[in-house]
Amino acid sequence: MASTIVEARGVTKDFGSIQAVKGVDLSIAAGELFGLIGHNGAGKSTLFKMMLGLIPVTRGEIRLDGESVTGPRFRDTRRKIGYLPENVVLYDNLTGIETLYFFADLKAVPRSSCAALLEKVGLAHAAGRRVREYSKGMRQRLGFAQALLGKPRLLFLDEPTTGLDPGAIRDFYRILRELRDEGVTMVLTSHILAEIQERVDRLAIMEGGVIRATGTVQSLREAMNLPLTLEIAGGAGLREQVARVLEGLAIDGIDDSGHSLHIRLPREAKMPALARLATLGETLRDLHVREPSLEDVFFGYRT
Amino acid sequence: MFSIDFRQIGIVAGKEFWDRIRNRWVLAVAVVFTVFALVIAYFGAAQQGTVGFHSIDVTIASLVSLVIYLIPLIALILGFDAIVGERERGSLDLLLTLPITRKELILGKYAGLAGALAFSTIAGFGAVGVILSPQLGLNALFHYAGFMASAILLGFAFLSLAVMLSVFAGDRTRASGMAIGTWFFFVLVFDLLILGALVVTAGDYGGAVFPYLLLLNPADVFRVLNVFSLDEVRTLYGLATVFPEALSHPATLGGVMLAWIAGPLMVAIWRFER
Repeated sequence: MASTIVEARGVTKDFGSIQAVKGVDLSIAAGELFGLIGHNGAGKSTLFKMMLGLIPVTRGEIRLDGESVTGPRFRDTRRKIGYLPENVVLYDNLTGIETLYFFADLKAVPRSSCAALLEKVGLAHAAGRRVREYSKGMRQRLGFAQALLGKPRLLFLDEPTTGLDPGAIRDFYRILRELRDEGVTMVLTSHILAEIQERVDRLAIMEGGVIRATGTVQSLREAMNLPLTLEIAGGAGLREQVARVLEGLAIDGIDDSGHSLHIRLPREAKMPALARLATLGETLRDLHVREPSLEDVFFGYRT
Repeated sequence: MFSIDFRQIGIVAGKEFWDRIRNRWVLAVAVVFTVFALVIAYFGAAQQGTVGFHSIDVTIASLVSLVIYLIPLIALILGFDAIVGERERGSLDLLLTLPITRKELILGKYAGLAGALAFSTIAGFGAVGVILSPQLGLNALFHYAGFMASAILLGFAFLSLAVMLSVFAGDRTRASGMAIGTWFFFVLVFDLLILGALVVTAGDYGGAVFPYLLLLNPADVFRVLNVFSLDEVRTLYGLATVFPEALSHPATLGGVMLAWIAGPLMVAIWRFER
């Protein structure tokens, strides 16, 4: 069992009479790639900011690697942290490399490591250009390089792929995988659920200031007991034959998209249904089992 | 609460200072100072029907009147968005997750901006001092250096006020409004209020307190500091007889100025750490 690196216990945040975060408990293991999802106003930004020590907690406690982020050893704790804010804002008048020098100095990281980081995020060619001339995606990459200064053990990434094109998003997650192989723990938020569902180890769904559920995407799907979809293609008269073999099974419904049939059914009916469909033999040309997406899970928890 | 790491202050100060050098802010302000000072030195006596440099005392007296308007304005403009600007742009959060305390961040910002302001003042007025130096004796140069030092302190005091506003203001627009209001109050309104109070009471009540009230305004402290160090000006203004002895010591006035520098900065730190 890996050690816990992020530990939140009973964390509450009041803004006047409004309770933005209500008694959140959360532990994230070292080396985990952890997703925090929730719509705007769910409290995830507030929780994020409390974990980073940007705003004080009203009640409860947050420890990063066993230390309070605002405690007496905060300098050591913060040197272990990298943070990429949402829509990162850097200094327009500095060049890319000067930006990294500034943050490296503040983190007490040797400036000699900066050039390699620009290379890593694909900005080596723009090192001498002012940030003013950078595109949104380039700024995001520079912000990411900044977060990686000093080989942090813990990375906080707030909507990290905003403004990146698909190629850059792939590069970004490739770097995240490399970091995870090195044992770096990452906490990231995203509103693009499809993007993170295949990539995080575990996630928490936040809604109305509380964590509704925590687990792997698969365990959340199963806990929600959302219907699966079997997508099948075949020859003429497929629909009638399918309806015949599946008779008696608890099926939620069958839709015809024109090219294929979509059979919605509860998870426990999956294996019996597959066994019966196999009896159709040659009539069946293709079959896919579609798990509910993270989107479905997410909206399932919201309602 | 936590120990101060001067290295972190130096890094932030260095960035602020070089930003102002690179965007030519320091150069622009220095040129403004040089041009104004030269014009005053050579044409200041034009109303009396003569042009050309006459005496350092009269020149300094005229420069004081100029600087008292100009430097508070420049310092307030320089400092009003120090914190609120970063907050509004969104770069503040990232800074605050780094191994730096809020106190170090404010002190670093202040030190960097103060360095830029002092550099402009020294370069701008210093250039004029060099130009005038063939016509000045050692004593006059000493007075001129004193004027420059007090001008720098005046700038530091208003920069401190600006940084304080920058912590309190909710956004840049409000901060700029507060900065302009501060300038109006200390540079234009304050003396009128004191004068008004003096006239209304006909000097009957607490007349002895009024000179001390001037200490509540860094711009007045600067004026008194310069006026009283110059014999010719002291008689020119006819103030020698009405001013308490205790206030005519440059060291006392310098101490008051330092309090005006440290005070608002301490309030700013206190507020920023909340």
